[in-house]
Amino acid sequence: MTIYVEILPKEGILDPKGRTVKNALHQLDFPMVSNVLVGKLIQLEIESENVDEAVRLAEQMADKLLHNSNVEQYRVVPVEGVSK
Amino acid sequence: MSVLKPVSYTNDPEITSEIIELHGLSEEEYNEIVSLLGRTPTFTELGIYSVMWSEHASYKNSILQLKTLPRSGGRLLVSAGEENAGLVDIGDGLAVAFKIESHNHPSAVEPFQGAATGVGGILRDVFTMGARPIAALNSLRFGPPENSRVRFLLDEVVRGIAHYGNCFGVPTVGGEIYFEESYQGNPLVNAMAVGLVEHDKVMHAAASGEGNPVIYVGARTGRDGIHGATFASEELSEESEQRKSNVQVGDPFTEKLLLEATLELAGKEALVGIQDMGAAGLTCSSCEMAAAGEVGMILNLDKVPVRETGMTPYEIMLSESQERMLLVAKRGHEDEIFEIFNRWDLEAVEVGVVTGDGRLKLQKDGKLLCDIPAHSLALGGGAPVYKRETVEPEYIVTSNAPTPLNEPTDFTAATLQLLARPNIASRRHVFRQYDHMVRTNTRVLPGEGDAAVVRVPGTKKGLGIATDCNARFVYLNPRQGAAMAVAEATRNVACSGATPIGITNCLNFGNPYKPEVYWTFTEAIAGMGEACRVLETPVTGGNVSFYNESPTGAVYPSPVIGAVGLIEDVEKSVGMAFKKEGQAIFLIGSDQVSWAASEWQIMNNGKPSGRLPELDLNLEKRLQQLLIQGINKEMIQCAHDLAEGGLVVALCEMAIADRDNPMGALLEFEEEISPLHLFGEGPSRAVVAVDVNSIDEFELLAEKLDVPCKWIGTTGGKGIGFRQIFSVSIEDIRANHENGLAAALGIETA
Repeated sequence: MTIYVEILPKEGILDPKGRTVKNALHQLDFPMVSNVLVGKLIQLEIESENVDEAVRLAEQMADKLLHNSNVEQYRVVPVEGVSK
Repeated sequence: MSVLKPVSYTNDPEITSEIIELHGLSEEEYNEIVSLLGRTPTFTELGIYSVMWSEHASYKNSILQLKTLPRSGGRLLVSAGEENAGLVDIGDGLAVAFKIESHNHPSAVEPFQGAATGVGGILRDVFTMGARPIAALNSLRFGPPENSRVRFLLDEVVRGIAHYGNCFGVPTVGGEIYFEESYQGNPLVNAMAVGLVEHDKVMHAAASGEGNPVIYVGARTGRDGIHGATFASEELSEESEQRKSNVQVGDPFTEKLLLEATLELAGKEALVGIQDMGAAGLTCSSCEMAAAGEVGMILNLDKVPVRETGMTPYEIMLSESQERMLLVAKRGHEDEIFEIFNRWDLEAVEVGVVTGDGRLKLQKDGKLLCDIPAHSLALGGGAPVYKRETVEPEYIVTSNAPTPLNEPTDFTAATLQLLARPNIASRRHVFRQYDHMVRTNTRVLPGEGDAAVVRVPGTKKGLGIATDCNARFVYLNPRQGAAMAVAEATRNVACSGATPIGITNCLNFGNPYKPEVYWTFTEAIAGMGEACRVLETPVTGGNVSFYNESPTGAVYPSPVIGAVGLIEDVEKSVGMAFKKEGQAIFLIGSDQVSWAASEWQIMNNGKPSGRLPELDLNLEKRLQQLLIQGINKEMIQCAHDLAEGGLVVALCEMAIADRDNPMGALLEFEEEISPLHLFGEGPSRAVVAVDVNSIDEFELLAEKLDVPCKWIGTTGGKGIGFRQIFSVSIEDIRANHENGLAAALGIETA
C-alpha cells in the first residue's frame, strides 16, 4: 500500500525557500501568487492490507523520524493506484 | 492638559498574578513597574518589562560582578557593554570588533536552528557596528558522546553552524568541543564573531535628534521566538519541550544582504544610530537606542512589516524573528536609506520618530498601547540590579581532597589511550563540515595551531583568535580555573605569535538564585579579573547565560573565553606542526603539574578531583612574551600549549598537525622522568621547536625574560620516542587521534 507523508513548514514559521520561490514567480509575471510553502513528499510502501493501520504506522514514523515538529507539520495521505 | 493613558489591545489578557508569574517577574519587580508608571501596566507593557528585565537583557544578577572586570584601557575604543560588540584598535585606522554569545537554550530544543540563529545573531552584533565579519568560532559542550541524544544534538548543532556560516560566507576558523556528563540535557552552544572596521566608519547604537525617523529594515516580523529572552532565563525542564514555537528559523542569505546594505551605511551622514534586533527584538533595539541617546521614541506598529495576519502589539514587540535591524536616520535623508536597502532587496520602512520626552510610546490601530520611560527598561537605567546570596558548595572541599589514582605504567599504551579520548581526539570530523577558507584570508587553519590566524586584508597584519575554557578546572576551583581559562586562551593566541589585545567572555552558569551557583560565579569573575589585569587583556564585552541546569543539576561553571591577538607581520605567525628535522625542542614555562582534573585522572576516576597546581600569572605573562618575541624574531618554528593530556599528548599533536608531512621527535630528558611529568597537567606551559642556529639566542631570551626553559629533544623520525621507555609511531598516533572522536560517536570511518 502506498502512503504519502506530506510535510510542510509549520504555520507561522519562516520559510526562506517558499519566499524565494514566491519572489521568483512574481518576477516571472505570476503576481497572483500570494504565498508559497516549500516542503517535501515522502512516499512509503507499507506491507499492510488495512488502510487505517498503514496510516497509523505512517503517523508513527512521521512523529519519530520523518518530520521535525519544531518547524514542520505533516499530513498522511493513502494513495490509490500508485505502483511501486 | 489631558494625559493620554495607554489602553489594552483587543483580546489582551487581564493582568493577574498568574500572568505576572508567567512572565518571570517577581512581586517586587511588578510593584516597581506599577510605581514607575503610576498605574497598572497594559499587557504589552508587561511583556516589554518582562523581556527587558530578564537576565538575558538586563544582566540584573550579574552586572555588579561584571563591573569588577577590567573593561577599558589598552587599545579599547569603547568600554564593555557600551555597544553591540567590543572594539579594539589594531592600527592603520582599523579596529577589530568581536564578541561571543550563547544560544544554549534554543539549541537544546531545536539544535539546528538554535545553533544557526546563534551564529546569525553574533554576526549581526558585529556588523551592526559597521564591521565586516572575517571569522567565526564556536565553543560547544555536550553530554557523553555515547548518548544517542548527544549524538543527535552534536550533529544538528554542527550542521546548523555550518549552514549559517557557510551560506553567509564567513570562515568558521576555530573553537572547541567538550563532552562532559554535566552538559547532558543542557548543551552549551557559544558562538563568536570577529570583524574589521575603519575607525571613521564605526556605527553606534544610540538614537538622537527629535523628529528623526526610526526605520525598520530587513526580514518581516513573525510570531517566532516570542519570549526567547525570558526563555533563556529559565531552567530547562520537561515543559520547555512543549514551548517549541520559541525557536526562530534563520535565513543566512537574507543576513548576507543585510550585511552588505548595513555596511553601505557606514560613514554616511544619513545614519544616526543602528542596532540589530536580537533577543527581545523590536523592544530591546528601540528602548536601548532611546535610552543610550537619552531620547524617546514613538512607534506606529501598523507600519511594521509582518509575515502573519492578526499580530498583536505584544507579539510584534516581543517577536524574535531574525535578520532585522532598527535604525535612526537624519530627517530628510531617509530616501538614501530606502534606496540602499531596496537595492539589496530588503524592506525598509519608517515606523516611528525620535521624540524628546524620553518615553517609549507605541501605537496601533490609532490607540496608544504603551507609554513607558525608555530609561526604566535599560541596563544601567531602571532595570533592577541584584547581588545574590553566596555559599561555598560542599563539593569544593571534598573534591579538592587527594584521591587515590593509578598512575600510568605503560607509557606507550597511556599515550594512545589519551589521544583517542573524546576531549583530546582530533576535531577534524567536525571542522571539515565548516567552510574555513572562504574569503581566503585564513593563514593558520583549524587543527594546525592553538589559535586560528586570519589576515587583515590590505595590511601585513594578522589576528590570532582562540576560544578556551577547561571547565573541569573551574569546577574544582572557580577562581583559579577561570584565571586559567583566560591564561590558556591568551596563551593559545601567543602560540601563534600574536599579542593578545582583549578578550570576550561567555559566562555559562546554573541558576543564580542557588547560592552555591552564585558563589562559583562570583569566584570565577574574581579570577578572571585578576588574570585580565596581569595579562593586560581587558574584557571587551560578552554575555551571561544563567539557568544552565537540567534535571540532574547545574552544568560545570563554564566561563568561556574568546581571545583576540594582533601580529604585525602575519607571515611570521606559526602553527604547532614540527616542520623541519633536527630542530631543538624546548619545554618552556612553569614546572607546576598535577593530576587534578587531568584527562588521565578523569579517565580513571570519572569525576575531577584533587588540588589544582599553582598558577603564577606573572610567569604566564613572561611565558607569553617569550612565545611572542621568539616567534616574531623567527627563532621559534612552531609552538603548542600544553593542555589536556599533558606533555606527551602535546608532542604527538605537533607530530601530526601537518597532515601531509608528519614529523616525529626523539626525546631526551636530563632528569629522571615521572608519569606525572609526562601526562600531568598544569598551566603556563608550552612546547616549542627552535632552529639549531637560534638556540643560544633563544635561551638568552628565555633567561632575560626569566622563563624556565628546558631542552627535551630533537625533531625528526617516524614517531615520538624516549630511549627504551616509550615509543609511539606516527601511524598509531594518527589512528588514535584522528578516529577517536568518530569512534566515540559511533560513526564509521573509511
